[in-house]
Amino acid sequence: MSNVFSDLPGPKAVARNRFLAIVAVVVVLGVLGFIAYRLAVTGQFSEQKWRVFSYPQVWEQIGAATLRTLSAFGLGAVFSLGIGFGLALGRMSDNPWISRCFAFITEVLRAIPVLVLMMIMYYGLPVVGQTWVTPFTAVVTAVSVYSGAVLAEVFRTGVDAVPRGQSEAAYAIGFRKTAVMRLVLLPQAIRAMLPVIVAQMVVVLKDTALGFVITYQELLYLGKLVGSSASYSSPIIPAALVVGSIYICLCLLLAGVAKYLEVRLKSNPKSKDVKPSADLASGLPALAIK
Amino acid sequence: MNIIFDNLDLWGLALWNTLVLFIGGAVIAVFLGTVLGVMRVSSVPAARAIGTAYVNLVRNTPLTLVFFIFVFGYPSLGLPRLDYTALAITAIGLYAATYVTEVLRSGFNTIPVGQAEAARALGMTFGQVMGHVVLPQAFRSVVPPLISALIAILKMTTIAAGFSVLELGAVRANLSERGENALGVLLWVALVFVLLVAIMSLAQRSLEKKWKIIR
Repeated sequence: MSNVFSDLPGPKAVARNRFLAIVAVVVVLGVLGFIAYRLAVTGQFSEQKWRVFSYPQVWEQIGAATLRTLSAFGLGAVFSLGIGFGLALGRMSDNPWISRCFAFITEVLRAIPVLVLMMIMYYGLPVVGQTWVTPFTAVVTAVSVYSGAVLAEVFRTGVDAVPRGQSEAAYAIGFRKTAVMRLVLLPQAIRAMLPVIVAQMVVVLKDTALGFVITYQELLYLGKLVGSSASYSSPIIPAALVVGSIYICLCLLLAGVAKYLEVRLKSNPKSKDVKPSADLASGLPALAIK
Repeated sequence: MNIIFDNLDLWGLALWNTLVLFIGGAVIAVFLGTVLGVMRVSSVPAARAIGTAYVNLVRNTPLTLVFFIFVFGYPSLGLPRLDYTALAITAIGLYAATYVTEVLRSGFNTIPVGQAEAARALGMTFGQVMGHVVLPQAFRSVVPPLISALIAILKMTTIAAGFSVLELGAVRANLSERGENALGVLLWVALVFVLLVAIMSLAQRSLEKKWKIIR
């Protein structure tokens, strides 16, 4: 590996690196071993702690909870793309007032924590007489509004990354603004931003887990329910392990898609013109406000 | 306004706890994130693998699940008791460390290899290359995105509301007991976050402008 920090190691450095590698592995194995030891000592691997997972009804419930997580995710993903698209179009308007207005809305929506948005929906709206709000609608709305605001910035950056000459050329041959957007800028921007967009979908999936706090009966909620049933000696750690691995597998699957798209994109000659900035490519806006 | 002034005690406590979670989480995140970031760019393959595995695993875990494991799972391990705030700080710190790691890694990578090579060719030692060429630039390109990570940590603190910590996310539940209007309370909470985030992103923007390196 050639970076600024190291060049090819000599014999001394090879020995030192080997030593450091052993230290790192020993430390990690030590931490993992200690956790496994504590789990074993406190009887988390015992048969009665896991018995609850031998009932098919429990697995049916887990399946149903996974479906509830996925349905909140699916709707959230679709709506966040729509909202993101709308906000981005408003932001790119030629009218400075409309543009500023949308910029302000986008910034504010990104600054409010998703959980607070959920609570505003679920606990706040009934106060003003909107009693139709269920935990599901609250989760979907909050997640899609927040991710929509993040995606708006992603779309905008993508459009900005298309070389100016392309839109100038399109205007020069008589395209209108809509046509320039639709036929020239957006196809390239979306292609370039696809990995970041899919990475944001991972965030949508992760954020649906916040529904746990406002009693949406998704995977974690079920995990808590199963984990605190005293008749099975409260198997909270087995429940966390089961439910957690389902969440992580789903997220890894989506992240794998993002990675695949990124690799495919890099080898695609059609995408060479649009180079999003370095930190966009690393997925930073997908995880934080920029 | 009455929602605030009639319950100043609760708001003060909540804001204080949010700041405690934020600062505690940020300290752990920056420390652990730096260790992992160095591991990810180091020339020891095992260290790189460990860093990558940690980042990939944690970034694909919902933070709520991390909280769940720490707050509900940890007490049943029979280890020394920790209060909810300490557990929440640990959860936030371990989770946000991956953000810091990625910020550092992309910051290191913005420095063209040619610069270090040129410095080497001039006969600078490793310490001089680092001290005069690499780190000053890496620091500048890292601080603005680091503030983004801090903003994310600030927003993460609300999740502790679901896990028995009285912070800004939890004032709604406490004020509802005093008969306050839930929507009003939540809108104030949202406003506080918008203001805090606005301050941080203003700082970020001015630093970014001041330190921009034209290449």
